[in-house]
Amino acid sequence: MSYSDADLLDARLAAPPRPGRWISAAITLLLAAMLVHSLLTNARFQWNVVGQYFTSSSVIGGLELTLWLTAATMSAGFVLGVGVAYVRLWGSSLPRSFAFGFVWLLRSVPVLVQLLFWYELASLYPRLSFGIPFGPSFGTTDTAHLFSGELAAFVTLTLDVAAFSSEIVRGGILSVDRGQSEAAKSLGLGRLRTFRRIVLPQAMPAIVPATGNLLIGTLKSTSLVSVIAVVDLLYSVQLIYNADFQIVPLLLVATLWYVILTTLLSIGQYYVERYYSRGTRGTATVKGVDLT
Amino acid sequence: MTQTDAGPLLRIRGLRKSFGSHAVLHGIDLDVQRGSVTVLLGPSGSGKSTLLRCINHLEKPDGGFVELDGDLIGYRPVATSQGKVKRLQELPSRELTRQRARIGMVFQQFNLFPHLTVLENLVEAPVALRRASRREAAATARELLERVGLAGREGAYPKQLSGGQQQRVAIARALALKPDLLLFDEPTSALDPELVGEVLRVVKDLALSGMSMIVVTHEIGFAREVADNVVFIDGGRVLETGRPEDVLNSATHERTRAFLEAVL
Repeated sequence: MSYSDADLLDARLAAPPRPGRWISAAITLLLAAMLVHSLLTNARFQWNVVGQYFTSSSVIGGLELTLWLTAATMSAGFVLGVGVAYVRLWGSSLPRSFAFGFVWLLRSVPVLVQLLFWYELASLYPRLSFGIPFGPSFGTTDTAHLFSGELAAFVTLTLDVAAFSSEIVRGGILSVDRGQSEAAKSLGLGRLRTFRRIVLPQAMPAIVPATGNLLIGTLKSTSLVSVIAVVDLLYSVQLIYNADFQIVPLLLVATLWYVILTTLLSIGQYYVERYYSRGTRGTATVKGVDLT
Repeated sequence: MTQTDAGPLLRIRGLRKSFGSHAVLHGIDLDVQRGSVTVLLGPSGSGKSTLLRCINHLEKPDGGFVELDGDLIGYRPVATSQGKVKRLQELPSRELTRQRARIGMVFQQFNLFPHLTVLENLVEAPVALRRASRREAAATARELLERVGLAGREGAYPKQLSGGQQQRVAIARALALKPDLLLFDEPTSALDPELVGEVLRVVKDLALSGMSMIVVTHEIGFAREVADNVVFIDGGRVLETGRPEDVLNSATHERTRAFLEAVL
């Protein structure tokens, strides 16, 4: 069989048939429909109760605590993490081993266990003195008054974020070509300026997605503080369902809020990534972001 | 800066450098006169780049010294009471930084800062070193860009430029600090053949303007045309040094002749 060149030139270009796609799409749609149907028709979800509590003042109060705890631990932890990464990469040997030990220890102990430790600090060190190490002390205070649940939560999550973000930052920095810092050096830029102006901005495209992940993880980790009676989003709904036993609808209230916050953070991440991809021609990484 | 008009601009004596057990430089002696162009030739792995990187202390030498305009690079001599030099103490990073600003460097891979525009690439160092205000530095940067034939590309990001254009920006960036000496580390080796000429023209113009420089290159034609002094290095030693016509036409070492035959 032969065709004329003109026929071939006029022909439409088509993708090969992919029957598998149609089947998988049909199955996905079916499952989604079943899920929605069940969500709407199963009366035990009690959507009316969800609606009733969704913006109640105690839930909003818990939401606020979750938000500030996330924001505070994430910013303090990230700054600390950048410092730890800096020391691990360029510090002298003793600080470097300390930084390594810090990351090792913090990553080895579950956050919940660390949280309980900080909360129980008073039983480990009942009194805290200020003075010269191994020398005279100027003042003493009871740790029981010092470490409230909220402070324990802040310290634990901050240190946790610092440990993980330091590894993220370190990885990002290692991904920047060595020639960049050599060029900066040859131009007479100081070490700190080179780090801040040249290396760190270029490490950001590698740092941002992983940090977005960490931020979302931290947002959800804040729910752990409910075990030490800090009234976050989760604990605020628990307080309500402990009184009226409407467990499922109140957990849904918390769930919906977590989903909303995570969605907002993901959208923010998209814009941050776009900002840091300046100067790179391809935008594939930005387009590839999953907004869920 | 002390301007001692007598003597060479750069003096290298007995420079040694090893990476682990592998010795790269075996005692290099080299003088660079003010306003002259020195071309370093040699096979890959011969130590040319390492030598260049020792000159601005990107690599720490294991022995010997580099002196720019009478100032030791990277070290401060500490004397004994008898007035002898007891040791060479490495300078704190702040002073190293200041010394490096006197020596410009152009890299094989350009190493422009990809997240900064062309103008920002040129402005960064003069502003960081408090040599100029942002406005003054930008004005100087525009002049330099015009000089390398890139007027009007201030707002472009490096990736939007061709390799030849990027390398010309890198040269302008090195010039922004008004260095006493410019080092070129194979400035055209990463370029497509048709872009080599535009970069070499800029380097040649600089040479004619009286800039002191050391150029590592495989462009023999460039060496013949522009160099005042050609140095052939092999196995971490200076095998041959002299005027281009002498070294390139009547090399004394067999090794040099073999190399020149291979690259020509």
